[in-house]
Amino acid sequence: MTTSATGTPLRQDVEEPSAPRLPVRTVVKRAAGYSVLLMFAVIYIYPFLIQAATSFKTDEQASSDALSLRPDPFTTDAWLRLFDGSVPFATWLGNSVLVTVCVTLGKVLFNSLAGYALSRLKFRGVNTLFMLVVAVLAVPGVVLLIPKFLVLQSLGIWNTYTAMIVPLLVDAAGIFIMKQFFDSVPYSIEEAARIDGAGVIRTFWSIVLPMARPALITITILSFQGSWNEFTHFLVATQSPELNTLTRGLANLTSGQLGSGNQFPLKLAAALVATIPVAIMFVLLQRFFVTGANAGGEKG
Amino acid sequence: MPSALDTVGEASTKQAPPPAKRRSLRSGENPYGWLFVSPMIIVLGLFLIIPIGLALWVSLLSYNGQGSPFGPNAHFVGLENYRRLFFQEGLTRTDFMTSLRNTFYFVVFVVPLQTVLSLSLALVVHQRFLRGRSFFRSAFYFPSVTSSIAISIVFLFLFQNTGVVNSLLSKVGVDGPAWFSDPRGLFHIALEAVGLGSTANPPAVLADNDVAGLSLWEWFAGPSVAMCTIISLVVWTTAGTFMLMFIAGLQDLPRDLEEAAMLDGVNGWQRLRYVVIPHLRPILFLVITLGLIGTWQVFDQIYVMGKGAPAKTTLTPAYLSYDAGFGNFKYGLGAAMSFVLFAIIIAMTLLQRYVTRDKDAVKERRVLRVSRRQIAASDREGR
Repeated sequence: MTTSATGTPLRQDVEEPSAPRLPVRTVVKRAAGYSVLLMFAVIYIYPFLIQAATSFKTDEQASSDALSLRPDPFTTDAWLRLFDGSVPFATWLGNSVLVTVCVTLGKVLFNSLAGYALSRLKFRGVNTLFMLVVAVLAVPGVVLLIPKFLVLQSLGIWNTYTAMIVPLLVDAAGIFIMKQFFDSVPYSIEEAARIDGAGVIRTFWSIVLPMARPALITITILSFQGSWNEFTHFLVATQSPELNTLTRGLANLTSGQLGSGNQFPLKLAAALVATIPVAIMFVLLQRFFVTGANAGGEKG
Repeated sequence: MPSALDTVGEASTKQAPPPAKRRSLRSGENPYGWLFVSPMIIVLGLFLIIPIGLALWVSLLSYNGQGSPFGPNAHFVGLENYRRLFFQEGLTRTDFMTSLRNTFYFVVFVVPLQTVLSLSLALVVHQRFLRGRSFFRSAFYFPSVTSSIAISIVFLFLFQNTGVVNSLLSKVGVDGPAWFSDPRGLFHIALEAVGLGSTANPPAVLADNDVAGLSLWEWFAGPSVAMCTIISLVVWTTAGTFMLMFIAGLQDLPRDLEEAAMLDGVNGWQRLRYVVIPHLRPILFLVITLGLIGTWQVFDQIYVMGKGAPAKTTLTPAYLSYDAGFGNFKYGLGAAMSFVLFAIIIAMTLLQRYVTRDKDAVKERRVLRVSRRQIAASDREGR
């Protein structure tokens, strides 16, 4: 095992080309550190590798030889079946994409509008509104499934795309993040624009919003990830199979909707498709994920 | 989500009122203010505020979902639904108490395990000599951002009878259980192993005494083998998020403190015990209480992996409430269950605010510093 050797313990931050001598104790400690790390890495990465590998296995091999990372024989059968119509997979994927795009666009706009108003604009009731936002931050969505269904039904939009999208268009956590951000921006820039005669909307749209890029990226990611992974809301907002998203379709797969056998290659391939978009986004924009998690991580 | 709450106090007071000279510029903002917040008011009002009131109202009804909850089909029954959950003998109470028991053990196992795991991950990733730290940090955090449904399917596969976990166990000579169909509680298995009773022949003192419709023997079952798969799934996925919080804290650990400790010749364990952990105390509280809040809400994983089976040992209040309403059309009863759950979660939230109250200022500075650091994408310049 190669370790990066550092000269003195006080300068450990700097990575240096391997120095000739290291105390035996340090070597042992580092070897131990790396072994623990390696063990954790296996626990965290292996499930995804086995998922990808199994999606190219036959049903028989998936159950007889679960541990192996090598599909033998290699088959794309599961992947082909996802798209040949034996599972309404294309519908699920289409719905997930549609809902995610609409929700993300709407959420970014509405959250920044509200965050800006709560942070900057002077109007009667602004403090009360902000306190309300803070109060509902703590309300767990999972206890409101029944009344949400009843509201959607009485509005006459239950079991429609509207019901899937509109309730997700605003979230208290996103508003909170945007308000925090606008609080940290100095007022003088806007003031200059206002003195030059720009109205409230123009100032917001062409001066403030472009400055808010980091915060906008953060809530874009949070809402993309949140709506792509959303499950419980769709569970109570819709019923028709044509409105199933990936998450609902996947959940149905496991309750034996397909009948015969375990069909794990198919299920794991479908689950992989549900994982990939977030994974790509995660790799490209990771630091914003981290910011989001620290600002108000939504996961319980 | 509630972690954001802690910083609210400061945030609202930080914004000093604008000086008077801005008055002319800022007059006439009233209509714009309301225009800008109107989408928020409509959506949060319709789908969050009104549902809270509606949940309370429906929980006082006998209502099968036909017609309006204010119409002739909805019968007001007062606290009857709550009485059935807590005081009236019958299947409803037994199921509800079973779900509370299951979730209690779920929480009692998940919270300490995820706290220890996330702290260990943070300590391992934080080692200064390590190469590729950010790669490992990402690997550990990644499950937190993926779909809980997709991950549950992976775990269904891992814990199959002939799946990965049992194959690994058989390599070391252990005959793995049939994870998803084994309703035996862990404590029952342990008691049986030491010969203090078995499910077929439980100790009389426990079997003959009932509390709220469940025998003491049942109350002390521990999480079932099936529930253990969900416990391991949740611990595995959530540890990454909490690891990030610990890492943020570790980055703030004063270097001279560590150096002083090193010069004093303390060993690694002592340093952890007397320097690192005390420094991380506020974050430790935060992680534990966020864990308490999050775990009571478990739903997606239950829906995919158990739906209550086997023998109702994976029932949770959230799932039971969903099933009462959408499965059995007893919306009143379902709403009452979710209101009890709501009360439990709010209690946990208040607990969180209480234990993290005076550490707020420190933590906010820390969070701000960390996010600034990350936004600027400068890894080292921080302090």
